[in-house]
Amino acid sequence: MEWLRSLILPAQGSPYAAQVDTFYMFLVWLSVFFFLLIAGVAVYSVIRFRHKPGDVTPHWTHNNKLEFAWTVIPLAILMVIFVWGVKGYMEAAVPPGDAQEIRVTAKKWVWQFEYPDGTRAINELHVQVNKPVKFVMSSEDVIHDFFVVDMRVKHDILPDRYTEIWFNPTVVGKHHFECAEYCGRGHSDMGGTLYVDDDASYQKWLETGGVDASIPLDKLGSMLYESKGCSSCHTIDGSPSQGPSWKGVFGHPVQLSDGRTVIADENYIRESILVSGAKIVKGYDNIMPVFQGVLRQREVDGLVAYIKTLGNK
Amino acid sequence: MADVISAPFHAGTTPVERRNYLTEPKGLWSWLTTVDHKRIGIMYLISVMAFFLVGGIFALLIRLSLFDPSHVILGHKMLDAETYNKVFTMHGVIMVFLFIIPSIPAALGNFVLPMMLGAKDVAFPRLNLASFYIYWAGAALAMVAIVTGGVDTGWTFYTPYSTSTDTSVAWMAMGIFIAGFSSIFTGLNFIATIHKLRAPGMGWFDMPLFCWGMYATALMQVLATPVLAITLLLMTIERLFRIGIFDASLGGDPVLFQHFFWFYSHPAVYIMIVPGMAIVSEIIPVFSRKTIFGYRMIAFSSIGIALIGFLVWGHHMFVAGQSQTAVVVFSFLTFLVAIPSAIKVWNWLATMYHGSITLETPMLYAISFILLFTIGGLTGVFLGALSIDVHLTDTYFVVAHFHYVMMGGTVMGFLGGLHYWWPKITGRMYHERLGQIAAALVFIGFNATFFPQFIMGGQGMPRRYYNYLPQFQPMHAFSTVGSWIIGAGLFLTLGYLLASLRKPYDAPDNPWGGKTMEWQTQSPPLTENFEAQPVATHGPYDYFPVGTH
Amino acid sequence: MSSISTPVAGAHEPHGDAAHGHHDPNLQHHFATKEQQFDTSKIGIWLFLATEILMFGGLFVGFAYMQSRFPEAFFEGHKHLLKVAGTLNTVVLLVSSFTMVLAVHYARTSRRKKLIICLAITMFCALIFLGVKYIEYTHEFSEGLYPGRYFSNPDDPTGHEFIFFSFYFMMTGLHGIHILAGLCVMAWLLRRAIRGDFTSNYYTPVDVVGLYWHLVDIIWIYLFPLLYLIR
Repeated sequence: MEWLRSLILPAQGSPYAAQVDTFYMFLVWLSVFFFLLIAGVAVYSVIRFRHKPGDVTPHWTHNNKLEFAWTVIPLAILMVIFVWGVKGYMEAAVPPGDAQEIRVTAKKWVWQFEYPDGTRAINELHVQVNKPVKFVMSSEDVIHDFFVVDMRVKHDILPDRYTEIWFNPTVVGKHHFECAEYCGRGHSDMGGTLYVDDDASYQKWLETGGVDASIPLDKLGSMLYESKGCSSCHTIDGSPSQGPSWKGVFGHPVQLSDGRTVIADENYIRESILVSGAKIVKGYDNIMPVFQGVLRQREVDGLVAYIKTLGNK
Repeated sequence: MADVISAPFHAGTTPVERRNYLTEPKGLWSWLTTVDHKRIGIMYLISVMAFFLVGGIFALLIRLSLFDPSHVILGHKMLDAETYNKVFTMHGVIMVFLFIIPSIPAALGNFVLPMMLGAKDVAFPRLNLASFYIYWAGAALAMVAIVTGGVDTGWTFYTPYSTSTDTSVAWMAMGIFIAGFSSIFTGLNFIATIHKLRAPGMGWFDMPLFCWGMYATALMQVLATPVLAITLLLMTIERLFRIGIFDASLGGDPVLFQHFFWFYSHPAVYIMIVPGMAIVSEIIPVFSRKTIFGYRMIAFSSIGIALIGFLVWGHHMFVAGQSQTAVVVFSFLTFLVAIPSAIKVWNWLATMYHGSITLETPMLYAISFILLFTIGGLTGVFLGALSIDVHLTDTYFVVAHFHYVMMGGTVMGFLGGLHYWWPKITGRMYHERLGQIAAALVFIGFNATFFPQFIMGGQGMPRRYYNYLPQFQPMHAFSTVGSWIIGAGLFLTLGYLLASLRKPYDAPDNPWGGKTMEWQTQSPPLTENFEAQPVATHGPYDYFPVGTH
Repeated sequence: MSSISTPVAGAHEPHGDAAHGHHDPNLQHHFATKEQQFDTSKIGIWLFLATEILMFGGLFVGFAYMQSRFPEAFFEGHKHLLKVAGTLNTVVLLVSSFTMVLAVHYARTSRRKKLIICLAITMFCALIFLGVKYIEYTHEFSEGLYPGRYFSNPDDPTGHEFIFFSFYFMMTGLHGIHILAGLCVMAWLLRRAIRGDFTSNYYTPVDVVGLYWHLVDIIWIYLFPLLYLIR
């Protein structure tokens, strides 16, 4: 049966995922059984009872025993399925008391994660293997949904209250998460990578943010442009979006909302990334996330280098 | 009269030009001001088929854009993200509100229901005409929304996205608001008709099952649609005036919107499927030449679906932020509502078993319905199971599920009914062989389009996604090709149906040997339906030789 | 085996007046008897009233939910309403329901003059209701109490009074639209009554509009304490 399961279901990232899959496969086989039964009777009837002139059909109006059976038996099966579903749900809905907590703030179209020690991350999530983790989530704007496919859990993220999911990641490696509540233009771009790290890698990530020092700065910047969510609000071809386009910005004057005009040099770019509310470009709103503590120094350097390459086009 | 059981279906009676509801009165104005339920039914039929075409074109565009993650097919770049979001929204809105909900009740039901009851018209003929114009008033506002930039919220209009996006939401919401009254008044008309205008001798349990289905549907239309009306009104006023009911920043509750919305929209899906089931209940006994098995249970199951259907709306919101208790209760009730639907399937099979079956186009569609609705219903069980739903909700699994029940179910029922009653409505036979070919194309194309979507959904492909991971590309491409096969089948259908209208009247009055009252009068019918008030002297599915029972 | 009875010899009567053959202009062609037509109309209007109850019901549910979220704001907000005006309107509508009952009675007993008078009084009461609401709204607007985004009450201690007023205006506004619609329909009824259309033989429109009017009254009976008498 594993051959079919692995064909139609994703990788299992936790013991709970395996339980859900067992239930799922039970329903698959149950459905195959009932479909074949129903299709079988229909196809058999069409062939065996094909019309011939002179046919006389029996006058069957009802059969109480048969009707009772085909009402009660499906009902019983459905009740078993109901209880099975409730059991699984209650496990997914109630996090263990010792689960590590990560704060999730969703906004169009970016995931912001904050750890208890203040570490912040964007679109990229690191968790420790075999340690249950729960996510306390809220939205800054519309409804989103945090869907961690390999863990088989998701929940909507609301603007007016906190919602939660949890899982116990037992498989080291890369997993994917998605936004699963339609939220506009960037809804299908709002994915991210979940890294389940062994203890050593996890500690290393907490210290360094996992930045690869061998990638040239401008290339690093162009990778971060996508992976940190800058592309959700800033274009690189000059077209308008929620934030100013990066094309042709570097080295040129920028008009601010408070009336001042400044030159977009390295310091301006750096400040705009780390303390985004300090200077707002005229005509735009103060909605950019703060990346202080989220990006490492080399990552900021990479973005500055990348923006420079867009400056002279 | 010849024993109908052995009479062939394709009687070749000489075409006769008889006075009928099509030939008189003449002129466009006589149609636009008609109160004849048959003419109103035809006007609805043309309208819903037009919107089916528009909604279908949007579907083809969606699938073309999803053929490849680059959105390029055969060298053409398809829709961009914003346009894609608008197209799937409008596909949903048009299909749900302007096509499926009115399709069987207002187009076929209007025509056939009074005749099946032996009546001259519906209870309120002028209200019937008003309903038609109200439908078009709503459709007109919806079209204003489309040409003023479209709507990008999804057909579910969830707040706060719908109250903050700058697309033409208010126009669309008001269009649906108005069209909803058309649905309400149609339902009101049908309930009164079934209560008061049955022929002498026709008790409640002597009515054709199509009428029971229309009755249950009408109850839902009358009781559920007003809640949609107030929901859309509140959402629009929230948009325009910021009253604070759904907007979290003002103290409102976005989940409250979802409760309001689904309180209507869940019964709405039963408004969509019950008429399809009602048509299957008509076709199966006729083309099996055997009395329907379990008449009473089929009748009661329609009412049961209508009643329980009002209690399950929360199953669209298992991960939306309800309490755990609510979630468990809704899951329980959802499993209960599966039982009456299953009962119908068992009864249809028991009717076919030991029947005397032929496979003309209506029967092909009815059997398609049984097979495809079964898959749709079984996958509904997946979605009702809480832990499974947490994984599957908002993925392509849900998209596949509802297309199996709405298209594999209702649309197959609609097409089956259209072919079944085509000779009665138009006086012409459609080309039978082409009908069978088109039915096969639609069946094959439908499964090719939507079955892979179950698998994609289980693997985590979310819905309403413009961009997607490369691993899903083969199944998306396969699904797109499937959509072309559906399109081929449907365009073929449109072609041969229209072509049939160029023939003289060649349909017998009762080509299928039906026992219900609409078949006991000429095709096409007189304006007043019957020459004299018919009296019910036998049941609607009495397929047994004269002299027995 | 036919399900159509052969027509009665000599008669070709789609209607119920088989013996006489004269055509009652008030009997529509698809009904067999006046009783059938009347009963059908009653079913129709009751179904319509059910839809109205469900539509207003949504507003009542929304109100109850928001009141449970912001009880103080709703309490503070309702203090601005003119209880005297609301009470007057309640009495006016009750009177109008009574005169409507009388109107139906007089229609059914072919008392044309009394029918006209009672219809006129009912309409007059509706006008008073609308007039009082106009005064109330003007008073509320003058205090800055507008719906939604235009609301301004600097003395609001709760910050959420505007939600109460959102509901107040929505619910009384929708109700007021129904009063106005009723008024228009009654004007049409009055015109027909003056023409002498309504007798014991045919008074269905009066009966049906009467039922509608009673529902509009009942909805107000629920609205009034809900909005004006919050504790």
